[in-house]
Amino acid sequence: MIHFVLLISRQGKVRLTKWYSPYSQKERTKVIRELGGVILSRGPKLCNFVDWRGFKVVYKRYASLYFCMCIDQDDNELEVLEIIHHFVEILDRYFGSVCELDLIFNFHKAYYILDELLLAGELQETSKKTVARLIAAQDSLVETAKEQQGSISNIIAQATK
Amino acid sequence: MEQLRTFGRELAMGSQGGFYQSKEFLDLVKSIGEARSKAEEDRIVVNEIDTLKRRIAEPDIPKRKMKEYIIRLVYIEMLGHDASFGYIHAVKMTHDDSLLVKRTGYLAVTLFLNEEHDLIILIVNTIQKDLKSDNYLVVCAALNAVCKLINEETIPAVLPQVVELLAHPKEAVRKKAIMALHCFYQKSPSSVSHLISNFRKRLCDNDPGVMGATLCPLFDLITRDVNSYKDLVISFVSILKQVTERRLSKAYDYHQMPAPFIQIKLLKILALLGSGDKQASENMYTVVGDVFRKCDFSSNIGNAVLYECICCVSSIYPNPKLLDSAADIISRFLKSDSHNLKYMGIDALGRLIKISPEIAEQHQLAVIDCLEDPDDTLKRKTFELLYKMTKSTNVEVIVDRMIDYMISINDNHYKTEIASRCVELAEQFAPSNQWFIQAMNKVFEHTGDLVNIKVAHNLMRLIAEGFGEDDDNADSKLRSSAVESYLRILGEPKLPSGFLQVICWVLGEYGTADGMFCASDITGKLCDVAEAYSSDDTVKAYAVTALMKIYAFEIAAGREVDMLTECQSLMEELLASHSTDLQQRAYELQGVIGLDAHAVEFIMPSDASCEDIEVDKDLSFLDGYIQEAIEKGAQPYIPESERPGVLNMGNFRNQDHHESSHGLRFEAYELPKPAVQPRIPRALLPSTEIVPVPEPVYPRETYQTPVTPIPSNPSDAGSAELKLRLDGVQKKWGRPTYTPETSTSNSTSQKTVNGAAQVDGPSTVNSTRETYASRKLQVEISHEKQKLAASLFGGSSKPEKRPATGHKVSKASSHMLEKSHVPNSSMEVASEKTAPAQTPPDLLDLGEPTSTSTAPSLDPFKQLEVLLDATQDASAANSATSASRSPDVMALYADTPVGIHNKDEADLLSGMSNMSGATARPQPTKGSSKGPNPKDSLEKDSLVRQMGVKPSSQNPNLFKDLLG
Repeated sequence: MIHFVLLISRQGKVRLTKWYSPYSQKERTKVIRELGGVILSRGPKLCNFVDWRGFKVVYKRYASLYFCMCIDQDDNELEVLEIIHHFVEILDRYFGSVCELDLIFNFHKAYYILDELLLAGELQETSKKTVARLIAAQDSLVETAKEQQGSISNIIAQATK
Repeated sequence: MEQLRTFGRELAMGSQGGFYQSKEFLDLVKSIGEARSKAEEDRIVVNEIDTLKRRIAEPDIPKRKMKEYIIRLVYIEMLGHDASFGYIHAVKMTHDDSLLVKRTGYLAVTLFLNEEHDLIILIVNTIQKDLKSDNYLVVCAALNAVCKLINEETIPAVLPQVVELLAHPKEAVRKKAIMALHCFYQKSPSSVSHLISNFRKRLCDNDPGVMGATLCPLFDLITRDVNSYKDLVISFVSILKQVTERRLSKAYDYHQMPAPFIQIKLLKILALLGSGDKQASENMYTVVGDVFRKCDFSSNIGNAVLYECICCVSSIYPNPKLLDSAADIISRFLKSDSHNLKYMGIDALGRLIKISPEIAEQHQLAVIDCLEDPDDTLKRKTFELLYKMTKSTNVEVIVDRMIDYMISINDNHYKTEIASRCVELAEQFAPSNQWFIQAMNKVFEHTGDLVNIKVAHNLMRLIAEGFGEDDDNADSKLRSSAVESYLRILGEPKLPSGFLQVICWVLGEYGTADGMFCASDITGKLCDVAEAYSSDDTVKAYAVTALMKIYAFEIAAGREVDMLTECQSLMEELLASHSTDLQQRAYELQGVIGLDAHAVEFIMPSDASCEDIEVDKDLSFLDGYIQEAIEKGAQPYIPESERPGVLNMGNFRNQDHHESSHGLRFEAYELPKPAVQPRIPRALLPSTEIVPVPEPVYPRETYQTPVTPIPSNPSDAGSAELKLRLDGVQKKWGRPTYTPETSTSNSTSQKTVNGAAQVDGPSTVNSTRETYASRKLQVEISHEKQKLAASLFGGSSKPEKRPATGHKVSKASSHMLEKSHVPNSSMEVASEKTAPAQTPPDLLDLGEPTSTSTAPSLDPFKQLEVLLDATQDASAANSATSASRSPDVMALYADTPVGIHNKDEADLLSGMSNMSGATARPQPTKGSSKGPNPKDSLEKDSLVRQMGVKPSSQNPNLFKDLLG
């Protein structure tokens, strides 16, 4: 099971956190600080895995962003590494060559995508296409809502003339 | 009109920045991004919180604006600040009719709240309504929230709807409903126990996504109860088969692999189902073999699947063919440059050696490389592997390495873990007392109080019980070496409390036992301890009790007791101590010193800490005495509860001669008992000392056992505690229980030597010349490493080669010494007896480590036989292939089904690489004396040939093995 997902920038800034196991706000801060220290200081050629308080943390760096997932001792680390990559590929397809800025300003979008990929700490969907389709369906709803509101604002604009 | 205008502006602003966020929000994100320090970031966030608190409470906020506020709250919370003031607004948002807003609300609540939060109750109703919505996106959003927020109590409220959704036309909904049910199962298995059949049904869903999601709960269910799901083996196997045959839609491909995540999940499930079940496993062999063959080695995901295959193969009923493929993959992993793959390789090796221990041999150098790698993660994984392959022959090297590493790290969590592993290994496999004590000393010195105090108690018990056999001599040697080393260690500053307790106890119990040290030496040291660690009452208590024992033994032995001045001053100090426990101990000491030799011997028999104490809880032996006292006019005992409040001080003083000098303890002694008769309870006394010193004991607790006549005697409570402790504590490291390996007596090791020699012998004959060139390369591998390899993987046969490890067995007790030499001598015998197995000069010695280290495991020869039986009909084809083997063995393995010759080769390889690893280079002089026996080896060769096994002459793998 995945206990949490963290996205940290190279400077140690938090870009996204998702907790599947209960952690209090205090613990969360501590976890982020601790893991940030461990992971950011690791050299490039080392394993992408870290032992941490009896759990394992799998991380992967993309440009200046570190994607970390905390898993149980007996989980398959390579698989989790690929789950991270899977997530990144989906983000990439969604944002069109994703960069850190996309995630900074649209972190809530990233959350929606993550929610389609992982549920309750388990991988729920392994098909990129399906995830993309679901997200698109939700977004199209947003678009129609926007259009409606756009027409409302036209009405208002006319009314205020 | 004004309101309308602002509304319009907001709308216009919303469409800025791509995803409709306001400039304010963009500015916030930007300024946080530009913040140079955490403090600056915090300041910005605090400002933002103030703004939001104000704004969010305003009436009639437009939805769009509110949505943005909520997202800003999420942002604040993500940065680690408290946004709880806005939770309620997020909850309100979930009630909204517009999906757009609702979705934001659900996102926020799932991020903000956990299942215990009070606000959950306000959401349940909304969730219920949304689960019934005809818009599947609304249902999806609600199901996401269900997984995160529904707790055990609220499960019944949504359960019917969730179950209904399992048949929803949209696959996305079915999938999430399955996951939600899985959550319910995890949170409260009983609540969904009647619905488990639904998981089975969904396994046959025609959407692969739903099927894949169903594997998650099924994996959980099968983990908890394997037997009820054996019938599904066939289904899982056929699903996996279809997946590997690419029957799923292309959309599930990932990096050209067909649905690898589903494959992994299935392999995990098969591993559970096939574990220890031959019949079930047999159904899996083909499909797992297919997965092995079809996996792509070059991609990471391919390796992930391969790793899972290895896990599966090592868990199900062993199949030689699959084990060979697994071993191949492992060597591929270990030879890789990628640290990740090495890590997985080490992990997989740890799984596989449980079944086929011999495969570790061929990877010894790779393992040592990993052990010395600067990467901590890899190093720890390697220690885990070493931990799994520890046996009596290599325990010294492994534990020494572990201790060295333990000393070098700061991570307390891991330090504790590795320390307890060291202790465990040392207890199980220790080759000698000397070494055991030394290893324990190091562990204690460096991890100190991180180690569970039980470990310290265990150590005391061990020293007290010794071997538990009739070997008194060895016991006393163990003790005196412990005493000796402790006296030395006491010179070091700042020892951890737990360790000091052990030291004090041992010194007290055995300090003067062998007559090497006189009482004044030991007591002096003990006083030093009490002084140096004066803030630690527990240590002081141990020291005082130890002093008492030393003096008691002296008195009992009829020697004059001459209390050191420092000791006297210590006593004076303790007699007035604030800790009642210490005070009591001091008085006890004083009391004991005043007694005559006979009485003391009765109270404190030497070396009696292991003897059982019978506790007469009713104190019936006092009945006569009490009767007598009552007849003389004493008052009968009144239970505490019925006692009048007034205490009779005078009476109390008269009762107790020992305590007459102070007036502190009045409560417990008002019992009508005149002079104490120490003789009576003496039987109770002897080994209260083994009991860990209780935390400062207050008189009330101690004396609640009402009729105890000796005030200073906690033996009742103590001995009861002692009895309890006896159950939980592990057996010591004596041989019988744990380790069949340690008892590799002559007969067994000899037998396996023969077996191994028979297999290795002829094959190595042929390969001698061909591999000569490779030996030159071996020289490049450093001596250090090879020595380490030898000691790790086959150290038993040459203890004399072990100086690198720093520990010699020479000083060990005679008993142990003998044992450690057994393999050696049996070797000699074996090589003499089994003339036909005689191998050429330089190989004999080198071959030995293999045989001894595999001794406790399967006999390779026997394995070969089994193999032969299993694949009788295949043998013809195999011999053909092996005869015309191409040099590219790897390719061969990958492309053709692995035949029997592979097994043979694996053995061969292990023999050879082991030989190369075990010693630096061939030793012709030594070997020539033994001399090859061409005739015999020919005979042997032909015998092996008859069995359909042809020793290979070429071994490209060897180079790879040696050079990584």
